[in-house]
Amino acid sequence: MYRIRFHGRGGQGMKTASRILGTAFFLEGFEVQDAPRYGAERRGAPIFAYVRADRHPIRERGVIQRPDLVIVADDSLVPVPGAGVISGLDDHGILLINSEESADTWRHRLSIGSPILTVPDHSGDPAGQRFLGASCAGAAARLVGVISREHLIQAIGDEISALGTAAATASLVQANSDRALDAYEAMAAHAGCVSEGSGISAADYRSPDWVDLPSDPATVAAPAIHAGATSVEVRTGLWRTLRPVIDYSRCNHCWWVCSTFCPDGAIDVAADGEPRIDYDHCKGCMVCVAQCPPHAIEAISEQQAQRQETQAADRENSV
Amino acid sequence: MSRSLLTGNGAAAWGARLALADYIPAFPITPQTEIIETLANWIDTEAMAARLVTLESEHSMITAAGAAAATGVRVFSATSSQGLLHGMEMIYTVAGWRAPFVLVNVSRGLASPITLEPDHNDVLAARDSGFLQIHCATCQEVLDSILMAYRLAENDRVRLPVMVNLDGFYLSFTREPVTLPDAKTAADFVGSYDPENIRFRASAPVSQAVAVLGGGPYSYFRYESHLAAESALEVYHQVADEFENLFGRRHEAIDSYRTDDAELVLVMLGSFATKAQQAVDQMRDAGQAVGLLRPRLMRPFPRQQFRQLLAGKKGVAVIDQNLSMGFGGILHGELASALYGQPEAPPILASFVAGLGGRDITGEEFFAMVEETRAAVASDQIPPPRLLYTQAELREVRKLQAVAQVERVELKQPQTVQGGQANES
Repeated sequence: MYRIRFHGRGGQGMKTASRILGTAFFLEGFEVQDAPRYGAERRGAPIFAYVRADRHPIRERGVIQRPDLVIVADDSLVPVPGAGVISGLDDHGILLINSEESADTWRHRLSIGSPILTVPDHSGDPAGQRFLGASCAGAAARLVGVISREHLIQAIGDEISALGTAAATASLVQANSDRALDAYEAMAAHAGCVSEGSGISAADYRSPDWVDLPSDPATVAAPAIHAGATSVEVRTGLWRTLRPVIDYSRCNHCWWVCSTFCPDGAIDVAADGEPRIDYDHCKGCMVCVAQCPPHAIEAISEQQAQRQETQAADRENSV
Repeated sequence: MSRSLLTGNGAAAWGARLALADYIPAFPITPQTEIIETLANWIDTEAMAARLVTLESEHSMITAAGAAAATGVRVFSATSSQGLLHGMEMIYTVAGWRAPFVLVNVSRGLASPITLEPDHNDVLAARDSGFLQIHCATCQEVLDSILMAYRLAENDRVRLPVMVNLDGFYLSFTREPVTLPDAKTAADFVGSYDPENIRFRASAPVSQAVAVLGGGPYSYFRYESHLAAESALEVYHQVADEFENLFGRRHEAIDSYRTDDAELVLVMLGSFATKAQQAVDQMRDAGQAVGLLRPRLMRPFPRQQFRQLLAGKKGVAVIDQNLSMGFGGILHGELASALYGQPEAPPILASFVAGLGGRDITGEEFFAMVEETRAAVASDQIPPPRLLYTQAELREVRKLQAVAQVERVELKQPQTVQGGQANES
């Protein structure tokens, strides 16, 4: 059985990627199971989606413990423990990261036995972001080596046209197909490098480390949060893929539109009427960008913004 | 018949469409909402001729469902978790009307604390309501069971609403290959709905909610609902036969997997049971005589079939994905009552509680549960119920509790913690 996990941030198209790959496997005659996994309110937050494909009916369900292939759409997720990107990866599993950094750099950083591949990061290019799902699915299709171009393209047609109205989809399907084929070709040298993992054996397995739960006093065992404003401690700014930036020369100091529409209360207006964005908590939903009457707020790529900040800081240090 | 990839929610929507539901009262709740969104889209694009009405709560939704069924239209609705609980007063009430319809529940653990992921405490809270219950393990079963549920509900010996249950996430958002029955064959199978004399019409008032004081009449009506639910078992077998003849798929009241020559048998409900099937295959590969029983019918409870299927077995491990506080696993208790005093009942009936709030049950854990049951058979001692939990999980919770403890100390003594001196943890 093939067990494949896609990691990304909500909104980057990893659910779509898993469905494209699932449908492509299905068109090749495989039994398939695909599913996204996320909770409430996920845009920008780490999410994952998975695909199982086998020649026999699939009975396994839920999280993939030992993946054959892990695809990471956003390299900023690798160090986030909650994202669980490398969970269960061993020498057998392949890791593909969408990153500007080289595979060698990642090998050095992660020091894991898995073969690591990279695809060029398109996050600097807003158009690239939109088609990340198709790119990841195209790369995965080539790496497993059992999916033809034709079925990949057909799967994209099926999945993308299910998302919108017929009139809008023809060009969208074409654009997604082009991106997927680019990624498919880019992985040609590694075609078929992913192999099907084996199951566990009942004759020789690691016993679960079960415990007998103690009966704790209610003062400990009630699910209560005693400190106020704990949500301040959750840096939801880490979820951002796009960053709103205010051009103060164009802001007409209306003092309320952006701050009122911000669903997270992440924009404060100072006494002088200037709005300030709290980047620790702004999730990058871009509602303010859409609402600002004089269009004084611009959306820029978060990764690009961070890179520029790092470079600026480096320059300052070297001076 | 075509085979395509569908989520459990998609399969549920197809079930309602192929059963030619006329009226769909709706209220959104995760992880069910996709079902009504799909139906709304079909109605909007005229792929389906039905009326969908969004109500202001599940309480009203269930009321509308029962009332509409009593006017003689075929009704479908869907809910989950807190929504089912919110509608609970009317769940009991409409079942007493004997007006049949089908309600899909997408299982999700109950508050508090709140979650989105599945276990069966929600659907089992409706266990004693008069609704019949079918529990599904695959997306195919979701679709098939909805068609079967209408036949069961509308049968003149039954006339009770039916709940069809599927697990949130593990089925609701998971795509699997599903064979879509041909619309004409499905329509022929389901047939038309005859409300008989339950029907009320304009200018012909009927009271559905009569008051009966004194106990005697009340008991009569309650007993009759129970007897109708019991009759549903025989009706179910007929419906399953007919379904198999038309569609080639057999859905037993209890799905039995490799139990014929099994010495030890796992018993569990829902989609996690397919994980148990895989574990059974792996244990068979290792030479262990293990099988699996998965009741699809929870109400009526197929006790006679359980007795037959478990006769002569050495040990049974019941895995409950639910927890009755101060009692334990619900299915374990029900099975024990069915087997008590039976001459060939298995001597060991072990209880495991697992998979609450979508917690995974790993393959190794299935092996270990069987191993514990085997040890119990060898020592002839029924083991205490086990609440599956690992050292690693407890360690994570202890970390969170340490944080909570520090916060508590800080709140009590705000002046002493300024320099980070909180030393209790």
